[in-house]
Amino acid sequence: MADAGYPVLTSLIFMPLVASVVLFFIRQDGFVRGFTLVVGILECLLALPLFGYQPDGGYQFVEKAAWIPAWDITYHLGLDGLSLFMVMLTAALLPLCVLCSWTYIKIRIKEFHFCLLLMTSACVGVFTALDFVLFYIFWEAMLVPMYLLIAVWGGPERKYASIKFFLYTLAGSTLLLAAIVAFRTVGGTFDLTVLTGKTFSFQFQFWTFLAMALAFAVKVPMFPLHTWLPAAHVQAPSAGSVILAAVLLKMGTYGFLRLCLPLAPAASVYFAPMMIAISIASILYGGLIALGQKDIKKLVAYSSVAHMGFVTLGIFVFTQRGGDGAILQMLNHGITTGALFMLIGLIYERSHSREIAANQGLGKYMPAFLFFWGLFSMSSLAFPGTNSFVGEVLVLAGTFEVNNWAGFLAIPGAMLAAAYMLRLLQLVAWGEPSSFKKSWLDLNGREWIYLLPLAFLVFYIGFVPGPALRMISPSIKTVLTTVQDKNQALGYRQDMPLAECMKLEPAAKVADGAAAGVSLPGKERL
Amino acid sequence: MNLDLVMPEMFQLLVVAALFVQSAVRGRNDTGPRWLPVAAIIGVAVAASKLGAQGTLFAEAYRVDALSQFFKLAISLGFCVAVINAQSQPTLETEKRTDYFMMLGLSAWGLMLLASAAELITLYLALELSSYSLYALIPIRGKDKRAAEAAIKYIMFGAVVTAVALYGLSFIMASQHSTYIQALMGKAWSLSENPMAVVGLTMFLAGFFYKLALFPFHFWCPDVYEGTSNETAAYVATVPKLGAVVVLVRLSSVLTPGMEVTNILAILAALSMTLGNLTALVQRDVKRLLGYSSVSHAGYVMLGLVSGTAEGLSAATFYALVYLLMNLTCFYVLCRISGDGQNVTLTGLNGLHKRSPGLALVLAVAAFALVGLPPTAGFAGKLFLLASAWDHGYNWLVIVAVLNTAIAIYYYLNLVRHAYTEEAVEAPTAAVTGPQVAIGGILAACVLLLGVLPAPIYNLALTAGKALLP
Repeated sequence: MADAGYPVLTSLIFMPLVASVVLFFIRQDGFVRGFTLVVGILECLLALPLFGYQPDGGYQFVEKAAWIPAWDITYHLGLDGLSLFMVMLTAALLPLCVLCSWTYIKIRIKEFHFCLLLMTSACVGVFTALDFVLFYIFWEAMLVPMYLLIAVWGGPERKYASIKFFLYTLAGSTLLLAAIVAFRTVGGTFDLTVLTGKTFSFQFQFWTFLAMALAFAVKVPMFPLHTWLPAAHVQAPSAGSVILAAVLLKMGTYGFLRLCLPLAPAASVYFAPMMIAISIASILYGGLIALGQKDIKKLVAYSSVAHMGFVTLGIFVFTQRGGDGAILQMLNHGITTGALFMLIGLIYERSHSREIAANQGLGKYMPAFLFFWGLFSMSSLAFPGTNSFVGEVLVLAGTFEVNNWAGFLAIPGAMLAAAYMLRLLQLVAWGEPSSFKKSWLDLNGREWIYLLPLAFLVFYIGFVPGPALRMISPSIKTVLTTVQDKNQALGYRQDMPLAECMKLEPAAKVADGAAAGVSLPGKERL
Repeated sequence: MNLDLVMPEMFQLLVVAALFVQSAVRGRNDTGPRWLPVAAIIGVAVAASKLGAQGTLFAEAYRVDALSQFFKLAISLGFCVAVINAQSQPTLETEKRTDYFMMLGLSAWGLMLLASAAELITLYLALELSSYSLYALIPIRGKDKRAAEAAIKYIMFGAVVTAVALYGLSFIMASQHSTYIQALMGKAWSLSENPMAVVGLTMFLAGFFYKLALFPFHFWCPDVYEGTSNETAAYVATVPKLGAVVVLVRLSSVLTPGMEVTNILAILAALSMTLGNLTALVQRDVKRLLGYSSVSHAGYVMLGLVSGTAEGLSAATFYALVYLLMNLTCFYVLCRISGDGQNVTLTGLNGLHKRSPGLALVLAVAAFALVGLPPTAGFAGKLFLLASAWDHGYNWLVIVAVLNTAIAIYYYLNLVRHAYTEEAVEAPTAAVTGPQVAIGGILAACVLLLGVLPAPIYNLALTAGKALLP
């Protein structure tokens, strides 16, 4: 059990919050940037004790305090292999985002950094909350700063994009709230660690799975619900896109692993074929659409749909490799796509266009830029030796273990990735130079600084994925055994017809077992 | 008679009397009561100090308990904010100020009595006391014809609904032989056993649905908000709703899930939420928009009342306070934006973040609270309502309520969108001073604080609920 001697997770959540308040008292813009950068570095330092995580599959750095005793809502935080790297990524991105918006953001600088800080604490909160209500609070709280990031600092279509983002994600998660309330009444608590230990009737799982899956599928986003993503990505400022791609999308897949699988295991298995089908559809559809894009940012956005399809595929094949690959792929996509959006941001600062046609043939003039661009492109198409290769291979291996057809169908997705990324790389590096001007300097020191750490991680995870996987595996194993054990206890088999499944009730009725703990006055009056 | 029990009411009456004296003595030379905000703040302190009071007066027709004291605190708080908000009302002549505040105070006093009324006739009288002064308040808006129209609508509607409620009261008396809520609790309220009582109770409740603006008694609400002055609308939209909720909370202790009356409540709640939200989508006038939003919020409150549990009643109680705070915050911003007392349209909010970043932030907090986004009080209130209603036979209502959030977000977000992303076309009108923004900031901070740390206040509401339904 790791323990740093101070509440690490709380400090990670509240330090940016406190800093965001302090921000209001700072007047000069330069100082605002510097201050937020220092806060970002401090956030990374505060996250260092997380490396002490002992891979045992359980929760660590746990903090628990009463919050709203009348409803048994607790302030309960914890970390395991599912969330560890997401928290680290969120912390690491804060200073990088500040650096990449150093010259990109020219108006309302204080408010911009205020939103960045709020985003960071909400995101860390989502990944560490172990109380259902706390989870939902962070989940929704992150909408407002993200909305403002797009709506105030976005591109010309920002109004449309920001409203669409807000409406999609909020509408998706409304039923999640109903599910949370239902779990409280049936399971007797909001505490996730307790709830995951209980078995619910199949019918209950069926409906709650659908409610939760809708919220997460919108966030991931999965195929028919993805339309908000390209709009939001294209319009968002560089740092907004980075956080959106690297952290926000992961909340959806994290939600599947943390909530859907352990809470509704039978329904998850029941719906797995559908989820696998949607994942493959996302992979192929995202890849095909990316192939035809003229806008660099849109291309990368659609490639995100495809990459996240691999993650959901890995989750719903229910194998150790698939799950490991999914988490690793979440981290990889965060690093690679985050870096690609940073690169797009810095080239946009020079060319003021996101069109491929306006950014062609830079290889000769901006070699350093092209080095990074090529590197992250290769990583994005899962070239061997880069981080994404490890994740994608694991996911595909996990898929082939279960179903050859699903595996075969996902393979063209990997080829599509090569096609669209190489086409883009070719045009940007060796295309006919279109609008290059002498004033476009190659990368400056600041840009090197925020790209180098991500480039290092691409190679590090690519060549030495062992340490990361050792952290992830036990927690995936816990999830998978939970699913298996609970389905066994419920008597659920995959080949059962739905009508029969619906009759499945847990042996010891959860509602009755919990009734002792919860008082439901008025029930006796029914 | 123990005066200690009724301190908040007595203090409020004293304020009203002082206003009456000032108005009568100074006559036309009156420049308005500048001392009133201080007195109103003291009123809040008095109400807060009497939170624990317990007892009955007037042959148990007047009950001082946790519920009534909670609501008296909320009412005095609402009165205090409304008074501060209306301090320099542009459409109110200086010599009318004292009279205006006297009627405002009288209405709040009536609502305080309503909070303690535990017998149907007392309840009816208190309701009328609070309504009559409002009838006079609404037309006071310079020489505006819309305000006169709004007042007539309010009176006509009020008169009809009052008649219906009285008619219902006669049914209840005839069939249940009592007007004491305590005695009514033990009686049968099903259509098969006592049809007359069910019809009577439904009609009696209609009187309070009117106050609460629950569908189909909501038609006055947007028109009155639009017609009357911004400051009066801020009061009418918030504080009288508290009175309606407290009565409904008291009366619904006779209800259990599955009864006909409860089913009617649930159906009206669902209709109210959905229609209120859908109609609000197309509004351009912010006050009309908030009017329809309050129709939908009336529906949300019903969630707590139909569950028939102490948790449900306390959730409704808590939500009433939250609703008061979020709406007052929203109206406060509107009143500040409209320097000349004209109605504010959505386009009038354009570019607010440039004109007054502070007010824009306050408006954003209030709007997101009205949606029910965490970490605002609106979320805490909604969560308690939903959690209390699940598994008591009205799960469909919970689903309807959460789906309504998805509709509601659009028009609340519109407020924020206009304030933050649209650029103002014409030159800004109202100059907002620092202290004014600071008061808005305090209100917004309360909305946030109640969302982050709702436990202490919710526990008060829970004691109130448990006292009604042990």
